[in-house]
Amino acid sequence: MPLSAAKLKVGDVHTARLVEDLKRTQIVQYAGASGDYNPLHTDEIFTTKVAGYPSVFAHGMLTMGMTGKMLTDLVGDGRLTKYGVRFTSQVWPGDTLDGSATVTEVADGIAKFTVSTRNQDGIEVLSGYAEARVDP
Amino acid sequence: MAAKTFPIEAGHIMMFARSIGDPNPVYYDAEAAKKTEAGGVIAPPTFVQSSAQFDPDYFLRPKIGQPWFGSGKNPTGITRAPGGGGGGGGGGGGLHAEQHYEYHRPLRAGDVLTATTFPGKTWEKEGKRSGKLVFSESVTEYRNQDGELVVTARGVGVRTERPVEQPAKKEA
Repeated sequence: MPLSAAKLKVGDVHTARLVEDLKRTQIVQYAGASGDYNPLHTDEIFTTKVAGYPSVFAHGMLTMGMTGKMLTDLVGDGRLTKYGVRFTSQVWPGDTLDGSATVTEVADGIAKFTVSTRNQDGIEVLSGYAEARVDP
Repeated sequence: MAAKTFPIEAGHIMMFARSIGDPNPVYYDAEAAKKTEAGGVIAPPTFVQSSAQFDPDYFLRPKIGQPWFGSGKNPTGITRAPGGGGGGGGGGGGLHAEQHYEYHRPLRAGDVLTATTFPGKTWEKEGKRSGKLVFSESVTEYRNQDGELVVTARGVGVRTERPVEQPAKKEA
């Protein structure tokens, strides 16, 4: 259901659990669908022995995609006009992620949000913004 | 990401939506999608990233008959891994630092896009957790079969001097 501006006020916070105990298989699934086969995301041997990380880690774009689901669930299908993020920390297998979208402005049929996703330790892994068309 | 022809296929949208954990029927069920405001199957907001599948030169996909830097018999299939291990939004190795989208019209199953990428700024910064950081930006315009702009994407990749140190974690 599309959002109505009348039901939104600045400061409202929408939250959602994005993933619980992220599995390596989901990261593989994302690699296959997106076409980003960087071994850093799926190849434990390469990632630990060559790249020097403690384990494979998720594509930033997987976190952006999961956070995007929270946004489209909130604003409705095909309603986003802008969505942008910075990847502020890596996401690892086993992580549990929670997203939040906070209303910062509602004017002229557009709602603006700040967007944040954090892991189970409270570390922000994604920080960004979104804008969407809303009904009056 | 450059692709002359990026066909927006229903099966690809379904697989992509599954991979991000989104069960919304508007991404896979044509009948249900007809009854929504979108009026048919559309793609999720970050779907255009998968234009990588249609970029013949995309460097993070193994190519038939060419060396690949992932593990096989050895931890890497080439003598020197590119950069810090390759990756993300930048070219030649590194990590994805930022991604920004502007949506001009819905992206529908059946559309056929063209992706054209323009190089952007590059800049440097001293990072606390990974040494010197070199950022590079690129802008990709996705146009549909009628030449209409559908999505504008701006990506920022970062090359790090060394692997990113991890913030202290609470012990479980």
